[in-house]
Amino acid sequence: MPSSAAQADSIPANSIPTDRRLALHRTMQTIRATETTLSRLFADGEIPGFIHLSVGQEAVAAGVVGALGPQDSFATTHRGHGHVLARGVRLDLFFKEIMGRAGGICGGRGGSMHVADLSLGVLGANGIVGAGLPLATGSALAHQTRRTGGVAVAFFGDGAMAEGALHECLNMAALWKLPMVFVCENNGWSEFSPTSTQFAATLDKLGAAFGVPHRRVDGNDVAAVAEAAAEVVEAARGGGPRILECLTTRWHGHFEGDPQRYRNADEIAGLPQNDPLRRSAEALLAAGVEESALAALVDAVDADIRDALEAARADALPDVDAAFRDVYTPTTLTAGA
Amino acid sequence: MPKPLRYVNAVAQALNDAMAADPAVMLMGEDVAAAGGPFKATRGLLDAHGPERVRDTPISEASLVGAAVGAALTGMKPVVEIMFMDFVTLAMDAVVNQAAKARFMFGGQCSVPMVLRTPHGGGLNAGPQHSQCLEAWFAHIPGLRVVCPATVADAYSLLRAAIEAPDPVVVVENKALYALQGDIDVTAPREVGKARIDRAGRDATIVTYGATLYAARAAADRLAAEGIEAEIVDLRWIQPWDEEAVFASVAKTHRVVIAHEAVQAFGVGAEIAARIASDAFDDLDAPVLRVGAPFMPIAFAKTLEAAYLPDADRIVAAVKSTLA
Repeated sequence: MPSSAAQADSIPANSIPTDRRLALHRTMQTIRATETTLSRLFADGEIPGFIHLSVGQEAVAAGVVGALGPQDSFATTHRGHGHVLARGVRLDLFFKEIMGRAGGICGGRGGSMHVADLSLGVLGANGIVGAGLPLATGSALAHQTRRTGGVAVAFFGDGAMAEGALHECLNMAALWKLPMVFVCENNGWSEFSPTSTQFAATLDKLGAAFGVPHRRVDGNDVAAVAEAAAEVVEAARGGGPRILECLTTRWHGHFEGDPQRYRNADEIAGLPQNDPLRRSAEALLAAGVEESALAALVDAVDADIRDALEAARADALPDVDAAFRDVYTPTTLTAGA
Repeated sequence: MPKPLRYVNAVAQALNDAMAADPAVMLMGEDVAAAGGPFKATRGLLDAHGPERVRDTPISEASLVGAAVGAALTGMKPVVEIMFMDFVTLAMDAVVNQAAKARFMFGGQCSVPMVLRTPHGGGLNAGPQHSQCLEAWFAHIPGLRVVCPATVADAYSLLRAAIEAPDPVVVVENKALYALQGDIDVTAPREVGKARIDRAGRDATIVTYGATLYAARAAADRLAAEGIEAEIVDLRWIQPWDEEAVFASVAKTHRVVIAHEAVQAFGVGAEIAARIASDAFDDLDAPVLRVGAPFMPIAFAKTLEAAYLPDADRIVAAVKSTLA
């Protein structure tokens, strides 16, 4: 289990303007509804392979990605749907990819674990735990060298805290003062094991060892995440890496179909108590937003998802010849001096 | 006449010229900047191009190669040095799962224009963890290119080609060749996948690459003294390898020996032998033979290392065997 959210920073409900809160809520609603749909599609056999859902973690994706500018980039994880959806990848291209269709954002070659949209600075979801950390480090290095003004974000789960890549990248980012934010989605679980049985340290102390400032937030409070993310992204843009640790909750198993027998039934039953969407809705209602407006938002998101799903179902299956042409870049290289 | 360069200086010249030609090219690696690299392949480049583009990294092979992939995806053309090929083991995720796959698994949205330079090979008694020839690993991975320059001229032009190529390229240098002297031609065509006929002959073909070229030349000289004219094909590129050039030579000589320093079993020679057997069988007058290292780790002691490396004796014997 993550350490209690009481240790984390929290933020007064009124410190973010209502229209901004509504936008964050809509992003979270899109992620939730998309992944709930994917869960059903997976159970029905419409999605091949494995999918790893981020239900319960939507506030991190909405809050962090919402703090990024167009020049920024990020690398994400095998549980990365929320991040790419928050970045605005086209929903139809997303569904096509997850369903293995020709028109998917990656031509049906990557699937859930490799969704990428380079035009949006999304360097890809990754099937290897911790592998996005070096990619983001290099992306930050490119931002620094090219003076793009961009920041690179590395999303990683708490399972990746035990990976050497995190330790190596913290060191490099600190040495080179890279414009980079390490965003840990700490849901307490390293795949099927409690992270407390996997990682002897804590992320704040690990960051301190490298002189990288660390901030911990309640990752189920989207306003808190958004405010903290805005601060750390801007601090990193000015030079030097930051760590943002978001304490959150993973509702589903490691992958869809995982019955989570390793998890206490009370813990699972209690997850909705800390639902980031419910909390966001309550904050909006308290700020004066009408219940009907929230209901209309849910309907609009559902309609978008229905359209995207319909388009995905109608799309062709990928062609082997087209895939083969992308193993290497087509090129005839015979340049002289 | 230009002054002859050493192989290692041809590498440095190629890096320098590539950096001068394209501001996206940058160097990363352990001790490549101030120290100029363990073999001095990057000497002078820090002064010429500055610390942003010639960057010393910590001893973190996995992450520095992964960072090169991320930099390549964000507009740079990184050239990473791994001090000894043996250390690529630490960076295999970055090379095999990230660099090699990004273009394909992201649907052709991007390519990964990076180079990983690394020396392999024996000859310096560097022992079992500083001498291995692991190029077959990378040639086996769809998405990677592999090149192994044997001459000073190729050390320059093939590295330039590798840097210009849009996909990840593993450039394998042989550390026993770093002191070799020769000339470069900065205007030579920079091609991917083209072999070179090092020596023409009619009786048998020796297909080779890297430092084994010199054992093949010595073998060909000795065979010539006995009236046997061996043709030497220097592959240069291992992925893709020049099937056209190899098959043309086989059609001419009808006998083939493939010689390389890497372990023979499951190696580059195995692939080429199998392809000749399946696609050029009618041109063969004898079984295709391989000369490679025995299936054991390379050892430190001079006698053990000498016995391990393929030499002219073994190549001569193999060629004669195809003619028997």
